[in-house]
Amino acid sequence: MSWLLALPIAIPFVTAVIVYLLRNRALGRWISLAGSLASLAASAALMVAVLRDGVVAAQMGGWPAPFGISLVADYLSAVMVVITAITGLATAVYALGEIEERLERLGYHALFQVLIAGVTGAFLTGDLFNLYVWFEVMLIASFGLLVLGGSKEQLDAGIKYVALNLVSTLVFLSGIGLLYGVTGTLNLADLHGAVAAVEDQALITVIAMMFMVGFGVKAAVFPLFFWLPASYHTPSFAVSAVFAGLLTKVGVYALMRMFTLVFVGDVGFTHEILIWVSALTMLTGVLGAAAQTDFRKILSFHIISQIGYMTLGLALYTPLALMGGVFYLVHHIIVKANLFLVAGVAQKLAGGTDLERIGGLYKSSPLLAALFVVPAFSLAGFPPLSGFWAKFLIVKASIELGEWLIAFVALFVGLLTIFSMTKIWGMAFWKPHPEGIEPTPDRVPARIRVPMMLPIAGLAAMTVLIGFFPEPFVQFAETAAVQLLEPAAYVEAVLGLREARP
Amino acid sequence: MNSIIFSAGARILVALLLVFSVFMLLRGHNLPGGGFIGGLIGAVGFIVYALACGTAEAKAALRVSPEAIAMVGLGIALSAGLAAAPFGEALFTGIWIWVGGDSYATAALKPNTVLVFDVGVYLVVLGSIVSLACAFEEEV
Repeated sequence: MSWLLALPIAIPFVTAVIVYLLRNRALGRWISLAGSLASLAASAALMVAVLRDGVVAAQMGGWPAPFGISLVADYLSAVMVVITAITGLATAVYALGEIEERLERLGYHALFQVLIAGVTGAFLTGDLFNLYVWFEVMLIASFGLLVLGGSKEQLDAGIKYVALNLVSTLVFLSGIGLLYGVTGTLNLADLHGAVAAVEDQALITVIAMMFMVGFGVKAAVFPLFFWLPASYHTPSFAVSAVFAGLLTKVGVYALMRMFTLVFVGDVGFTHEILIWVSALTMLTGVLGAAAQTDFRKILSFHIISQIGYMTLGLALYTPLALMGGVFYLVHHIIVKANLFLVAGVAQKLAGGTDLERIGGLYKSSPLLAALFVVPAFSLAGFPPLSGFWAKFLIVKASIELGEWLIAFVALFVGLLTIFSMTKIWGMAFWKPHPEGIEPTPDRVPARIRVPMMLPIAGLAAMTVLIGFFPEPFVQFAETAAVQLLEPAAYVEAVLGLREARP
Repeated sequence: MNSIIFSAGARILVALLLVFSVFMLLRGHNLPGGGFIGGLIGAVGFIVYALACGTAEAKAALRVSPEAIAMVGLGIALSAGLAAAPFGEALFTGIWIWVGGDSYATAALKPNTVLVFDVGVYLVVLGSIVSLACAFEEEV
């Protein structure tokens, strides 16, 4: 059982070491791809176990809970691990086309695998300090990927990114210290009971706010999002797709975990703040996007606005809302990563990402245009694509609670999302290229084009699949939401191990 | 930084820091310390050297590129964790071999995977911090 949980983290690490040693040979990139495939297989095996048992837990190093590090997978963790592996595989294939040999020599594949390991670790850990360690692993790997190649623009973005994320981890770490001082434990399952037993609940609320700020920076919620649009448009497209798909979602996941399992003593206060933060996040993100004319910058601002929906699912704190939040999380990772991948192909074909300077993509590559429409309209919540169901659940949950204003904001933001997506459509795909270039696919050799198009098609197919057959996914999200709201099984799975081992 | 006092002092300081980092690494086995803090102190040593004599000199003093050190360290730490597999234990369970005795108290020599793991962590931290610092130092 313990290896089942450890392998999705261990495989990317082992792959990273091997591909670093082989970084000067072509073999390295194929091993990286094989590693991503193996990670996907390991995550699928974990998912099967979770579907069978509900919650799966194990103790690393054989130290019993709550003293050792627990790895726990419930429905939410399992689906996040699988989706991480899928995104990892898609970008690994994409990288075969996009990443130049110069970046490979600098260790691109190794850093990429370490990043995937960090993200997976954050989703699986059941220990607060261990979560901090995974955040640091992600931060170091993502910083390396961000500045890889070392252009001035990238370094400028890298410094902003690291400085603001360090502030967030510092706040997070201080919160951990205070929480440990108050309760004497850092095991999440143990904290569930220990926090509720603390006499001074006001202090717990203060600590909860520190966690909200710390994770809020990671998740890029209002007003802590400014590092994201400053950095996500500079690295290679494969990298920004992974960042856009996964990194902010780790923050959302951590919020979901902490504010359902640990900080539920004063829901009226903490979750009420989250509601307004979510609404403002949605609005500022989408308005910021409206002002941009760069393909990737528009998409970056849309990450922010979409994060608002997910945190809203948590903030409303009903089974339906959390179910919507979980569904949104999964749908959005696929869609957003895909849009960044499309931007990469558009850049290769038309010679840039500044919408003023490109165009004519529809005429020369109808396939790319079709593959852009799927995630773009899914993002905006157009039926019958996956985004429609995600938005539907969230809006329905807010209407059920009588939060009319919030429901209105959610719908209004969806409308403005369509505006931004049609702007990209009109300027990049519809209008003729301003320099009279015909961006036909044969401008890019097939050995680069094919690996770049494959993952886009695959992810678009997944979006359509979720859109047309939402039933199993919605049911899955429902079980995940129930597990989050009633963490007895989670606590039992972790602390039950204590009795099993003397 | 072109200060003679600093670059002369740095040589002594670097030597002290490096010895101290290894001391911390070994001390961490039973007392506060360990691979992480040892690696940090070692990295500070090389960063001081880089500030005094330039990053090129510091990298030459390391002999191997800091990224390679970090990755080899990761490999060592991982193999220490995976060593638990053949014994049927959970990942990262410490495996101990007693030489000249049959328990922790009596054995004369206690080769184990815990120390191997710490050495791996030491190299990871040393390598990644030095490489980060050098990246900034060179570009800015």
